Amino acid sequence: MSAAPGNSAARMSDGGRTTITGRAWTFGRDIDTDLIIAARYLNMKTAEELAAHLMEDADADFPTKVRPGDILVAHENFGCGSSREHAPMAIKGAGIPLVIAKSFARIFYRNSFNTGLPILVAPAAVDGIREGDTVEADLTTGVIRNMTTGKEFQAEPLPEFMRELVAAGGLLPFLKGRMAPK
Amino acid sequence: MGMTITEKILARSAGKDHVEPGELIMGKVDFCLGNDITAPVAIDEFEKAGFDSVFDSERIALIPDHFTPNKDIKTAQLVKQMREFSKRHGVRHYYDVGRVGVEHALLPEMGLVGPGDCVVGADSHTCTYGALGAFATGVGSTDLAGAMATGEVWFRVPESIKFDFAGELGPYVTGKDLILYTIGQIGVDGALYQAMEFTGRSIEALSMDSRFSICNMAIEAGGKNGIIAADDVTKAYVEGRFRREPRYMYSDADASYVTTYRWRGDEIPLMVAKPHLPSNTQAAAELADVRIDQVIIGSCTNGRIEDLRMAAEVLRGQKVHDDVRCIVIPATQAIWQQAMEEGLFQVFVEAEAVVSAPTCGPCLGGHMGILAEGERAVSTTNRNFVGRMGHPGSEVYLAGPYVAAASAIAGHIATPDQIRSKEVAA
Repeated sequence: MSAAPGNSAARMSDGGRTTITGRAWTFGRDIDTDLIIAARYLNMKTAEELAAHLMEDADADFPTKVRPGDILVAHENFGCGSSREHAPMAIKGAGIPLVIAKSFARIFYRNSFNTGLPILVAPAAVDGIREGDTVEADLTTGVIRNMTTGKEFQAEPLPEFMRELVAAGGLLPFLKGRMAPK
Repeated sequence: MGMTITEKILARSAGKDHVEPGELIMGKVDFCLGNDITAPVAIDEFEKAGFDSVFDSERIALIPDHFTPNKDIKTAQLVKQMREFSKRHGVRHYYDVGRVGVEHALLPEMGLVGPGDCVVGADSHTCTYGALGAFATGVGSTDLAGAMATGEVWFRVPESIKFDFAGELGPYVTGKDLILYTIGQIGVDGALYQAMEFTGRSIEALSMDSRFSICNMAIEAGGKNGIIAADDVTKAYVEGRFRREPRYMYSDADASYVTTYRWRGDEIPLMVAKPHLPSNTQAAAELADVRIDQVIIGSCTNGRIEDLRMAAEVLRGQKVHDDVRCIVIPATQAIWQQAMEEGLFQVFVEAEAVVSAPTCGPCLGGHMGILAEGERAVSTTNRNFVGRMGHPGSEVYLAGPYVAAASAIAGHIATPDQIRSKEVAA
């Protein structure tokens, strides 16, 4: 199990069935973008540089503990605070292919779709996943399976518009498509 | 069914007669902006996607304010990238040190954003401009790249929440106290994805500067935007300043709100938000046992001329406590000049506070006042998350300028009244 960074987004845009399997790291509510990537690192802008400091102020050892393919699971309001796209960038840079939360702060939500970081809103799943559990998620159907406990959960469906964004490969290809001569 | 002011602005931006909450729309933006953290990423994305021109060089602002004057080599490279992009594409509103200020103070001051506008900024506090009766919201760098290239952004039309404040505010109580109170009541995701519309007598009596403070922190309740419909105060501010035609819009009487909160403005005390969430609020007067090491007076929340006047009013003839560093940061060059001409700097310097160049600096732990482990600050800024102003083991208490200045003198959290009564007793 080693999903390479960026792979998941690409597979997502195939429009086919997309399954991600990974080990879960769990977090509480209101995980803000300063915790995800502290502002002192915002003079950097590559995913690799940023990933070395992912979640550092929540857990100083996190960047060394997390492995490519692991997924993040959090309670309400994940990604609140600043608009920094460095947050989803750092997550992707660490090779994390998916974030599941009870809810996402709105700028983080749009940044994730715009940049191709898969996220799922699934309150029941969050309650049913413990740190270290192995979790399988089907991005097409929104079905989340905790392989450790065998329990299954359903994520909220994506609005049609968001599916179009994902299918286009992110915001900029989507906008370019709209600009093209009709 | 009528529409709220937010729905009306979004409908116009989408070229529609009517929009409903929950609807996903493509909107045309009247203005967009980015700063030295977000714009370089936007420029990278813009170029990677192969765009070769901007949608309108007059409607984009690139404002290096967060880590400027450049704090290190990496920052200098980011700002250089912005400068070169602006030159290449003729971006009119790029401002460097000597002209630049904190973006959300600078753009309204320069008349670049105004009533009825639809504005997106790659900075979460873009919601500040809602105080002008505009729809303004924070987005990410990729959104900014798309907006710079096409002038378009996708929006989910938000439901609206109304916050109605009745009564006259008590002494020293400002917009900052109202918004801290609001966030304390509803929580940091209490307005998630929603529009926060502020109305009532208490709001009508507020200055523009206080209204900017309120809308600035809508994001701290998870809000998509904060908005205050224009009135005579707004019109007086906008006239002779706003460079385009204002579009004054108002919520219909039968507009729909998911929730309406009615609070007594006259019962709201001076407020503080304790670590580590803006919702962790308490009355300032109850926190006298919290000793502090630093005070910051500035930022897009409270770095305007009125804020500096309030701080000076408290600091006049006083000394900053021996154990405290007090840093005053006028948000723009114009505010800096005004404060200088009014003699406020004399007050600050005599009180042994220091005055900085305009910058976001310490608000986000960038530079110009970073905290060590175990240190505490009272700050007029907008976030008190773990590590926000420096070491992850430091703490930030958010307050308005009166409480910040009084705390600087006392060495602990204090109100102006507590300082005065101490003087009388001495």
